[in-house]
Amino acid sequence: MRSKTLLAAAAMAMALAITPASAADVKIGALYPLSGNAANAGRSALAAIQLAVDIINSPHPDLSALPSVGPGGLANLGGAKIVLVSADHQGNPAEGQSQTLRLITQEKVAALIGAYQSNVSFTTTAVAERYGIPFVVGDSVAANITGRGFKWIFRTTPIASDFAANYMQFINDMKKAGHKVDSIAIVNENTDYGTSVAGTLLEQAKAKGITVAVQIPYSANATDVTAQVLQLKAKNPDVVIFVSYTADAILYMKTFKNLGYLPTMMIGDDSGFSDPTFVPSVGPIAQGVMNRSSWAVGEPGSVTYKINEMFKAKTGHEMDDTSARSMQAMLVLADAINRAGSAEPAKVQKALQETNLQPAQLMMGWRGVKFDQTGQNTLAATYLIQLHGKDYVPVWPEKSARMPVKWPMPGWK
Amino acid sequence: MILLQAAVSGLLLGAVYALFSSGLTLIWGMMNFINFAHGEFVMLGMYVALVITWGQFGPEAYTPAAAIVLFALGAIVYAGLIRHVMRGPMLSQILSTFGLALLLRYAAFYVFKSDFRTLPDTSLSSTLDLGGIYVSKAQLLAGVVAGLLAIGMHVLLTRTALGSRMLAVAEDRSAAMLMGIRPDRMQALAWGLSAASAGIAGALMAIAYPFSPSVGETFVLTAFVVVSLGGFGSVPGAVIAGLTVGLVQALAGYLIGPIYKDVVVYAMFVGVLWIRPQGLLGTV
Repeated sequence: MRSKTLLAAAAMAMALAITPASAADVKIGALYPLSGNAANAGRSALAAIQLAVDIINSPHPDLSALPSVGPGGLANLGGAKIVLVSADHQGNPAEGQSQTLRLITQEKVAALIGAYQSNVSFTTTAVAERYGIPFVVGDSVAANITGRGFKWIFRTTPIASDFAANYMQFINDMKKAGHKVDSIAIVNENTDYGTSVAGTLLEQAKAKGITVAVQIPYSANATDVTAQVLQLKAKNPDVVIFVSYTADAILYMKTFKNLGYLPTMMIGDDSGFSDPTFVPSVGPIAQGVMNRSSWAVGEPGSVTYKINEMFKAKTGHEMDDTSARSMQAMLVLADAINRAGSAEPAKVQKALQETNLQPAQLMMGWRGVKFDQTGQNTLAATYLIQLHGKDYVPVWPEKSARMPVKWPMPGWK
Repeated sequence: MILLQAAVSGLLLGAVYALFSSGLTLIWGMMNFINFAHGEFVMLGMYVALVITWGQFGPEAYTPAAAIVLFALGAIVYAGLIRHVMRGPMLSQILSTFGLALLLRYAAFYVFKSDFRTLPDTSLSSTLDLGGIYVSKAQLLAGVVAGLLAIGMHVLLTRTALGSRMLAVAEDRSAAMLMGIRPDRMQALAWGLSAASAGIAGALMAIAYPFSPSVGETFVLTAFVVVSLGGFGSVPGAVIAGLTVGLVQALAGYLIGPIYKDVVVYAMFVGVLWIRPQGLLGTV
């Protein structure tokens, strides 16, 4: 064991000595579900990350508002290029662990990014922590991913407590506007993501004095959600909040229509409701459904507009919030590596800790990126969007709204 | 009223279960062979339906098309794979269809990508409103087709010469050969019929259910529960078991809570097999 460690140390020292200080590629491992139930969202996120890498690696003076973008390559590393190594964890936490191990020990990645499903991010970040490799989580929102005393994990996305508070604030605003909201229901898929978000929603509802009529956990692999919808119909809440992945979100919308029951308002918690297939599949019957987002395409000519155009050219569909958050995470990581002037894990870690990005440097509508002790971005924010025709339009809070809220939701009617 | 709706929805869902399980039980009845790729046959039925809708055709075109394409695939799978592995040890027989399932699933990933798909709305996408009880037309049709298939299979096997020949091969391959029956033909036919019923099931389910190449995994477990509950090899058993599972799931989900519906179903499953290990209509 000891000799092995020594050997490894010697090999590492040699590798460091041999690696030229300039223009060596920086390998970054990307962990996403590229097959299985969430493959679609995973592939979309990976395409967005690849786009971030592309615009960093080649000259893009028009996008130089974004940190480390413009000259082509990472300027402080002698124009080094980023090379993305992707791994498919199939949405399986155990598979995620072994893929992380492979990326670190065999591919020798300098940093990691991922992993979409919260339960997979939970296990993969633990592996990265053990090996001392920086891991930027761009999309998973379960509270327990940060706050384990880890030093190598950084999360850019807003988390459950942020938007749970937003939903309840929104509901109270609607009450003030004269709409009837006597009770709400929470419908959540039953893995880490759904369970933790639902738990936070319950807490926030209690804090804001909103009655929760019923909480319905279910399996995202369910082939049928009739029982769940009938239970909602029996309890008849005014607002239903969904914490769902893709197939189940689509199935719920179809089941509501099949059973001729439509709640006054539905709020989807991103994920399935932001999946690129959601609107084409059930858009016409889910009119007025609400969702959260901190991504907006913006005016023609803006940085976000250009990014969306490039993404469309690459994938054939519009950028969604989940993919945009993943792309933002990659940009934050690249900025840290550039400021570190090195791909050495400890230097990248330090640079990540010192990250302080302003709103103008971001593609997301956040107040900035600055990590706290636990590695959580403290300046993340979100707004609520509503489905009008084929597009989600920002409707809340009022200052970022482009349209008034349509209440009740029209659905298929 | 809502209880009645839960019962009706449960029976309709059960009809769909019955439909995709009957093909699986047929293969067992004919060949004592477990087909783990059955869920993938269902998945391919969904994609055949999708491809046909690109030509602006509706369910009256894509359901038969799925049956025909899957019948051919079933026969090819028998001739190309099953016929050969049947000579091998039991374990390789079992694992060969596992391999086939993965091959079909990842081939579908390659061709159709991982996107979730839904079929465009047709005359079957809507629901009937029977005085406050909503009935999905697609599921109703699936129920009718499952019933017809079960009756058809039963008649085929018990009342026709072809059925007798198929059963003779199942009983004793060598003896059947001595009687002038070509076992390969009979068994290719059995595989074709089994795959065709999976194709029909897929085409009808695709109307209501969003699907991707990995959708087969979701269905195959239910199919195994239904088949062993109904009795391996019994098509009428699969129909009764399918309806029972759907009904119990719906009632348990409504009365006790959705999260417990599978607990109740599997408890019932274990309970029934404890008393009747051969399943409801199975023979030892």
